[in-house]
Amino acid sequence: MADVNIFVEHLTRVEGHGNIVLNAKDGTVEKVQWQVSEAPRFFESFARGRTHYEMAHVTCRICGICSIGHTEASLKATEAAMGIQLSDQSELLRRLIKAAENLQSHVLHVGYLIAPDLLGVGSVFPLIETHPDAVLKIVKLHRLANEMSDLFAGRTTHPTNMVPGGFTSIPSEKQIKELRQQLVDAVPTFNDVAEIVLANAGALPDFTRETEFIAVTRDDEYAIYDGMIGSTDGGKWPVDQYLSVTNEFVVPYSTAKFTKHNRESYMVGALARFNLNYDLLSPLAKEWAGKFGLAPVCHNPFMNSVAQLIECFNDVETSLAWIDQVLENYDGKNICADYEVKAGRGVSAVDVPRGILFHDYTYNDKGICTKANCIIPTNQNHNNINQDFKAFAPTIIDMPEKDIELLLEMLVRAYDPCISCSCHYLDVTWKR
Amino acid sequence: MKPKIAFFDFASCEGCQLQIANLEESVIDVVGLVDIVAFREVMKEASDDYDIAIVEGSIARPIDVERLKKIRENASILIAFGTCAHLGGIQRLSNQWTPQENKEEVYGRHEGAEHTGDDNPFFEQPRHRALDEVVDVDYVIPGCPVNREEVGKVLVAILTGKKPPIPDYPVCVECKKKENVCMFEIGKFCMGPLARAGCGAPCPTAGNECEGCRGFVSDPHVKAHTEVLAKYGLTADDIMRRKNMFTYRYIEKSKGGE
Repeated sequence: MADVNIFVEHLTRVEGHGNIVLNAKDGTVEKVQWQVSEAPRFFESFARGRTHYEMAHVTCRICGICSIGHTEASLKATEAAMGIQLSDQSELLRRLIKAAENLQSHVLHVGYLIAPDLLGVGSVFPLIETHPDAVLKIVKLHRLANEMSDLFAGRTTHPTNMVPGGFTSIPSEKQIKELRQQLVDAVPTFNDVAEIVLANAGALPDFTRETEFIAVTRDDEYAIYDGMIGSTDGGKWPVDQYLSVTNEFVVPYSTAKFTKHNRESYMVGALARFNLNYDLLSPLAKEWAGKFGLAPVCHNPFMNSVAQLIECFNDVETSLAWIDQVLENYDGKNICADYEVKAGRGVSAVDVPRGILFHDYTYNDKGICTKANCIIPTNQNHNNINQDFKAFAPTIIDMPEKDIELLLEMLVRAYDPCISCSCHYLDVTWKR
Repeated sequence: MKPKIAFFDFASCEGCQLQIANLEESVIDVVGLVDIVAFREVMKEASDDYDIAIVEGSIARPIDVERLKKIRENASILIAFGTCAHLGGIQRLSNQWTPQENKEEVYGRHEGAEHTGDDNPFFEQPRHRALDEVVDVDYVIPGCPVNREEVGKVLVAILTGKKPPIPDYPVCVECKKKENVCMFEIGKFCMGPLARAGCGAPCPTAGNECEGCRGFVSDPHVKAHTEVLAKYGLTADDIMRRKNMFTYRYIEKSKGGE
């Protein structure tokens, strides 16, 4: 049997810089590793000294793709620290913004980053020639999701109108009604795109390794914006106990802070939310889950992309319901709660597109941040990716090197990693 | 022959490259006008044969300097794309502390951290800098994130050999055109009087203060902004120093650190 040596430097079609290493001798895998080489940016260090009002604008810059999720996690941590209560309308608007981000990120990932693997090309660009109709539909949905974020959050990347206590501006009733109609009109396009993915879903490897899934969970809705920490292995915890769930640890061959909870690793993201909160999915989302044959608890990480697609339907349907609630009692004047600046510590969790995100701030009595900790979804997934690698690589090691490389790349991409998010925290070394 | 364009990223959130995807349908037109030969975030193929390099991110470590220099050698035109590339980004604020202090604050507080990363080349002495502090930069597209409409206009100008239309007047000009209430009037602290326009003043338009993400104008109209600021008991120095989220480069410079 042949020796295999693979080194993929700076994996493509993911956010941030990561490498894949595989060494096999006589058909036996000796080392398979997912490494992170991103430059650290030290957000938690320079967050010290920033004011409560600035913190969301500082930490949203952790990630360009999920800047809305970071903004919301940041504001919720600040609001928890200072005991700030939001109005029902502000709570609904925050949920709508979260749904818009989920849509944008999922359409980008499934449509632009995963579809090329399913159709056997290197990027979305050749698909413009070969599948123009599909590409235009995906672009249309991506634009709609961004327009929804722009409308509710001021700007889709690094939002402009969200502050502790609520908003500095909100859209008019007329604008919200127009957006509502656009969402209704987009449902057939979502169906068309889902049909295309379904027709090509056979390209997703059938690989299963049992693991634990962790996500935000609630009894009354499919949780993304708020809730308790839940696990598919059982148990629920308040968010301020997050450290007992994330349990960061150091492995001997690396300085990466990995996380684990009940098993050797856990997974976060759309598949975790699906597995934990399936019962509360909207009707159309459940219908599509049925068509894909996806049922909880699914232990195939490649199905994370399918779970993202299913969540798109849930985001659209729940957004329509939330918009109706906003319009019922629309208040264009009282959009931000008054609050008193005070010292304290606040912890928050938001389930952003790539999984559960924690922000934890301590403020002094002037409202200046003195300590910050952010635990990022991708950071929590690195360990699970490495465990998947160890289980998956031996099953494909007899394939041509090119195919092994592609399958390992697809496995990492399935997690939709956001490496520049996680790198401010990660520090990986390995033996050559 | 279509010009060949390559995208690269260093320390950043990659939000500026995302604005290319956010051009939506227009991306298809762009692909018709140029050959995108490298764009790691969205494509697997990559080539070192390109005319224009569009670079996002700040330059932090020796391995980043090395990679940027190679890009500079390959490209006939190099564009600094977004605030991280233009000014060093929000992460430049970490330069207030030593690399060791930063690392201890972020990594050092965990139990069992016997692996300090001192021997890790991915971690070597990060000091965040702008591209033009390392190599020659031909053009800058400022912003955190870049304004996607401006990106289109600037690229068309560069491709047709014209001067890119990046304004050199303050955000106040664009903010006034939008008939916004002045942020100072509602008790907020805004960098608009000295911050470079071109963004369309999205933050004050949404009721929030300008954070100066595009840096300062190169030749401020001192008399005009001094009068405006004096009305609110402020000086230009307040604007230069108090907020500094994206403008720490200017403060480092005034300290003689550059």
